Amino acid sequence: MKLIPCPLNGPRPALEFVCGGEVRAMPDPDTCSDAEWTNYLYLRRSVPGVKREWWCHTPSGYWFVAERDTARDEILKTYDAAGISA
Amino acid sequence: MPHRLLRFALSRRHPEPRMFREPSRLKDGYDVVIIGGGGHGLAAAYYLARDHGIRDVAVLERGYLGGGNTARNTTIIRSNYLTPEGVKFYDASVRLWRELSTELDFNLFYATRGHFTLAHSDADLRTARWRAEVNKHFGVESEVVDAAFVKRRVPQIDLECGGHTPILGALYHAPGAIARHDAVAWGYARGADRRGVEIHQNTEVLGIDVRDGAVAGVRTSKGNIATKRVLCAVAGSTPRVLDLVGLQVPLTIHPLQAMVSEPLKPWLDPIIVSSSLHAYVSQSARGELVMGASLDPYELQSTRSTLDFAEGLAVHMLDLFPFLSDVKVLRQWAGMADMTPDFAPLMGLTPCDGLFLDAGWGTWGFKATPISGKTMAHTVATGTAHPLITGFSPARFASLSLSSEKGAAAVGH
Repeated sequence: MKLIPCPLNGPRPALEFVCGGEVRAMPDPDTCSDAEWTNYLYLRRSVPGVKREWWCHTPSGYWFVAERDTARDEILKTYDAAGISA
Repeated sequence: MPHRLLRFALSRRHPEPRMFREPSRLKDGYDVVIIGGGGHGLAAAYYLARDHGIRDVAVLERGYLGGGNTARNTTIIRSNYLTPEGVKFYDASVRLWRELSTELDFNLFYATRGHFTLAHSDADLRTARWRAEVNKHFGVESEVVDAAFVKRRVPQIDLECGGHTPILGALYHAPGAIARHDAVAWGYARGADRRGVEIHQNTEVLGIDVRDGAVAGVRTSKGNIATKRVLCAVAGSTPRVLDLVGLQVPLTIHPLQAMVSEPLKPWLDPIIVSSSLHAYVSQSARGELVMGASLDPYELQSTRSTLDFAEGLAVHMLDLFPFLSDVKVLRQWAGMADMTPDFAPLMGLTPCDGLFLDAGWGTWGFKATPISGKTMAHTVATGTAHPLITGFSPARFASLSLSSEKGAAAVGH
């Protein structure tokens, strides 16, 4: 994975990007239980496979979503955060 | 003589003693099943048999013995950690290490070399002072030294580091050591085998049977086993194994890469670590420089190597030792580091009865091999966590009582 296709800037060297972790739904802090909150903070599903992740192109400060295979080091798809529910 | 040689070659029962037996098939059940034939799993098997008389144990290894992180680390052993639970735990480990060659009757090439953590800024020096004071409080040899001391021990070092990050001093930890890592797995395997433990290589765990919230058996690629106690000691594969029983833990897997140079005449006695330069190096008994840096920057369940890593590390090695510019890199490799948010391991009981966990070894697992084996053996045998590991309970996250072990690996954070 030497180039990452940024939805805004096109293919750029991987060194220009940082990974922000898996796209996960945050429980409502006002209504969720303590256990739900600590699980959200710490527990991760780290089984290898295709994951939806936040990535940032640091020179342009642009956050987007990438679908990446965490076993094969391969990005399958990237898109703007607006397409996140799609 | 040729006649004897011929007879030896044709004989099916080679008289030469093997390191350990290779049982042809699994039994229907075992008292304890250990998943993972690395240093930690084999050490736990050894101490279960030696200290607790539990000999009906099977160690299951998916690949070959010690083919994972046990033989992929950079073999550094030290105890100059930052938290009380960390310092006590790793100090107990160093004490076991010192006697381990004798204990296992196997030469581990354990060599006390001294360990420098270089300080390039006032902030580095402040952390060094903090670690030294915590270490001394718990009786661990550790002190802050000036740059001239470093130069006396390592005359080849460039104290100016090319002019941009001069070395101001260092944290010096005299007990810092290195050992031959694959020998650790073999030594423990032989010791456990002699006490009746069965070691099954090429045996993959496919499922863990749970009945009424308790472990009932293990399904493997070579058949099913009935057991009430399972120890999971599989480092980077922990999420995959725990997923079999639907458990999640605070782990993310990152590759940790390392490389060695071609062999050189002995010139570097101590172990050198620089957190500012993201580089560490020691010289092995074979003369190779064993070099490492920080974790790969994103999650990945693979042991691939990258040129980015080798280039970045080489740049910083040349800052420290400019004369290495003609030296060639011989090998590069990676292991899968299971990182926890607080840089302390996950050890002890799990919500699933009879399933014990020895994981979260990130970048600090090798040095803990003897003590983790001993404390996990105690935990499995008695069903309660050993006093040295209560601070590492996987349940600490639910109560927000994290360990905050910043001294865990001197590079990367």
